[in-house]
Amino acid sequence: MVLGNPESHAPDRLDELLQPILTRWGSAARNLVQILREAQEACDWLSPGVIDRLQRALGVPRAKIEGVAGFYAFFYTQPRGRYRVLFSDNVTDRMLGNRALLDRLCRQLWIEPGKTSEDGLVSVASTSCTGLCDQGPALLVNGFAVGRLDAARIDAIGELIRDAVPLADWPAEFFAVADNVRRADILLGSAMAPGDALRAAHARAPSDGMLASNMRSWREGLPRGVGGPDALLDEIKRANLRGRGGAGFIAGLKWEACRNAPLAPGQQRFVVCNADEGEPGTFKDRVLLSAHADLVFEGMTVAAYALGARRGFLYLRGEYRYLLDRLQAVLARRRAAGLLGGNILGIPGADFEIEIHVGAGAYVCGEESALIESLEGKRGTPRNRPPFPVTNGYLDQPTVVNNVETFAAAALVALNGGDWFRAIGTGKSAGTKLLSVSGDCARPGVYEYPFGVSVAEVLADCGAVDAQAVQVGGPSGVCLAPDEFARRIAFEDIPTAGAFTVFDRTRDMFEVARNFAHFFAHESCGFCTPCRVGTSLLRNLMDKLHDGHGSPYDFAEIEKLNRLLQAMSHCGLGHTACNPVLDTIARFRPAYARRLEREDYTPAFDLDRALAPARRMTGRDDPGAHLQTVAEAGGESGASPGCGAREDSEGGRV
Amino acid sequence: MSINPGFAPSFSLDGRQVPFTAGQTIIQAAAAAGIYIPHLCYRPELKPHGSCKLCTVKVNGRQASSCTLQAQAGMVVESDTDELNDERRALLQMLFVEGNHFCPSCEKSGDCKLQATACELGMTSPHYDHFFPSRPVDASHPDVLLDFNRCILCSLCVRASRDIDGKSVFALSGRGIGSRLIVNARSGRLGDTDFSAADKAASVCPVGVILPKRRGFAVPIGERTYDAAPISVVALREGE
Repeated sequence: MVLGNPESHAPDRLDELLQPILTRWGSAARNLVQILREAQEACDWLSPGVIDRLQRALGVPRAKIEGVAGFYAFFYTQPRGRYRVLFSDNVTDRMLGNRALLDRLCRQLWIEPGKTSEDGLVSVASTSCTGLCDQGPALLVNGFAVGRLDAARIDAIGELIRDAVPLADWPAEFFAVADNVRRADILLGSAMAPGDALRAAHARAPSDGMLASNMRSWREGLPRGVGGPDALLDEIKRANLRGRGGAGFIAGLKWEACRNAPLAPGQQRFVVCNADEGEPGTFKDRVLLSAHADLVFEGMTVAAYALGARRGFLYLRGEYRYLLDRLQAVLARRRAAGLLGGNILGIPGADFEIEIHVGAGAYVCGEESALIESLEGKRGTPRNRPPFPVTNGYLDQPTVVNNVETFAAAALVALNGGDWFRAIGTGKSAGTKLLSVSGDCARPGVYEYPFGVSVAEVLADCGAVDAQAVQVGGPSGVCLAPDEFARRIAFEDIPTAGAFTVFDRTRDMFEVARNFAHFFAHESCGFCTPCRVGTSLLRNLMDKLHDGHGSPYDFAEIEKLNRLLQAMSHCGLGHTACNPVLDTIARFRPAYARRLEREDYTPAFDLDRALAPARRMTGRDDPGAHLQTVAEAGGESGASPGCGAREDSEGGRV
Repeated sequence: MSINPGFAPSFSLDGRQVPFTAGQTIIQAAAAAGIYIPHLCYRPELKPHGSCKLCTVKVNGRQASSCTLQAQAGMVVESDTDELNDERRALLQMLFVEGNHFCPSCEKSGDCKLQATACELGMTSPHYDHFFPSRPVDASHPDVLLDFNRCILCSLCVRASRDIDGKSVFALSGRGIGSRLIVNARSGRLGDTDFSAADKAASVCPVGVILPKRRGFAVPIGERTYDAAPISVVALREGE
């Protein structure tokens, strides 16, 4: 946690700061995202001088570097403060009063949100969910997470910044992130010793080790279930382990497809762990990586053993930067224990290394092909598919991408066998599911249940009384009303990556949906026309309703947009962007109807409201400075809709 | 689904059998068979991008970009249907409101693929509220003007400059609705790059972003490319 030096942009200083970073990442353009991230940590922002040097060292066009830097929300090509504060703006942060705290900090520091202070000391803005919903409201300062914000903590932070206290000297408890494990089952209750799953996998049947799995003709001549890697793959398939990222693809089939993909000369297979946990309301991977990192890395190594892969990546979301040093320490320990590196556990040819890449604020990188693009140092744009990553993944080579929780479960399957795993959960959903529970409940945190648990059971366990809605799976998931609380968490009923956000009867479900519409507009990658423009149109429609200018016509427009986004979008982000709005219209119509001033027609443009800036500038508010709207002229509306409460489109109370 | 020996494999497109050779995409096979599928970010000589989504077709009932999906024997493809054309019109409307398109005063009017495709598909209004983004023009180059107001982010110039000219003069930056075309110079100005009016990238813009200087209205309105023939005819004739 080094605070960048304000004089860091002296040319000779820049070389001194950047050279170790370039050396660490081999001056390779495929590591551009990592190089930019570390360059910014060292230099505060990606100044033209920084880009000059990177361009010379990497030998790529300057526009490529600027294109990548411009894609990720956490990269700055304009000067920012030496303290860069980003408030998490998930709906749960809103419910806990984050806007008032943001305003409080800005007042204390005499700055406007989104701007940098005149002295270059500090900037304050907001960002998408940072994954601390169980201990919010939260913020990031120079990339490091601070939770449990209240007025006292905000005032203390304001003081520390004003006094330019280096981050390393801030109270350690500010950066303490609790695991909040509320219910443990096979994963969170696992006491597996590092290496046990690998030993069990290797002991399953005699084998020549990892190289054998690449000798297809040799292997295919064997009966099923013989040979360590083959036996392991059979167990993974027998377990019916399905991907925990939400889509539920069968891991055994994915692994098999990757293992069977042909390799051109010089190519190899890769194992990638998707820890880009960006779905608002989800934080279970944070807890797995904090409390059970060995289980996750063991699962990746197990996959490498089954596939014959020699390299793996953990793609850690930028918001979890604070976990990086701890995870590196776990990797070092595993290397020292012979669980990573060459000849793992003494198995000849069993070589595997794991490298950690850190994201930089892009939800779309949770999509596996966008994640691979980011790993390759590019803009995180989802690829055209087919071909799929199992045949054409990282550097166009066969790659398995699985969720953190999937790898943790795979380690347990390797240890205990497929039949053991399949006996847990339901017919089509084997094993357990981690739920990230937050919102209006007494005990937010991570809950692990066998698949098949009902929504009502979870609500009872977490101490949610008076729930009017549960958003399962985050904004791209489903919003459930009380008459659906008997439904079950399972691929047969409600599949989910694990977000479980509770809203009690005091909450305005329209504002919840509006927050999600803003989220999707902010996170659209911009590659395809329907999502790039459509998510912004949807956001504008929701703001129009919020401002009291909506009409039933807008509901039809939202439905039309939804059809278009589902039909034409390039990836899942666009396909699901309308879900929260359509779900809440269907289930909580009164929250929308309240906003319609007239049922038949409401003008989208309010003349009087448009004059508000002119009134502010001239300091006038007399009758002559107002125009009558259609509604007022007809005598159907009271106060001028142009004044007061509705002027701030950000100001909705959830 | 079987391939008859001696016959090229084929798929069905709007009820017609379209032959193809291995590796051809749906849009390539369709063009070869004289069938136009609307598109903006696709040009045969450049690697397909699949971003404008105008060329979306239904393959066995599921939407796919016809410029990136390889043809397979027995596919049932729908393209010229009311449903797909409605959706294409909506995409065109989105492209119009996202940028600043003032056709009557645009040098590219009549030669513009966005305008011509909108005519082809019967788009009669922008429908959505305009975004009116602020996009400064770049007149720094001696021979070429850049008017970003009309950019539809198709990346044709990016690909042409990188893959054909070997220069990488252009790139996309930003994200979401803030995506934008940038130029490969520290100043961000085209005049400070090695771009030349003879580059392939100077001639691939489907709209009026990349324009030659000192050649305004050389061909009168009314006598331009798409005044003479609709884009569905021109695209097949010119192989674009």
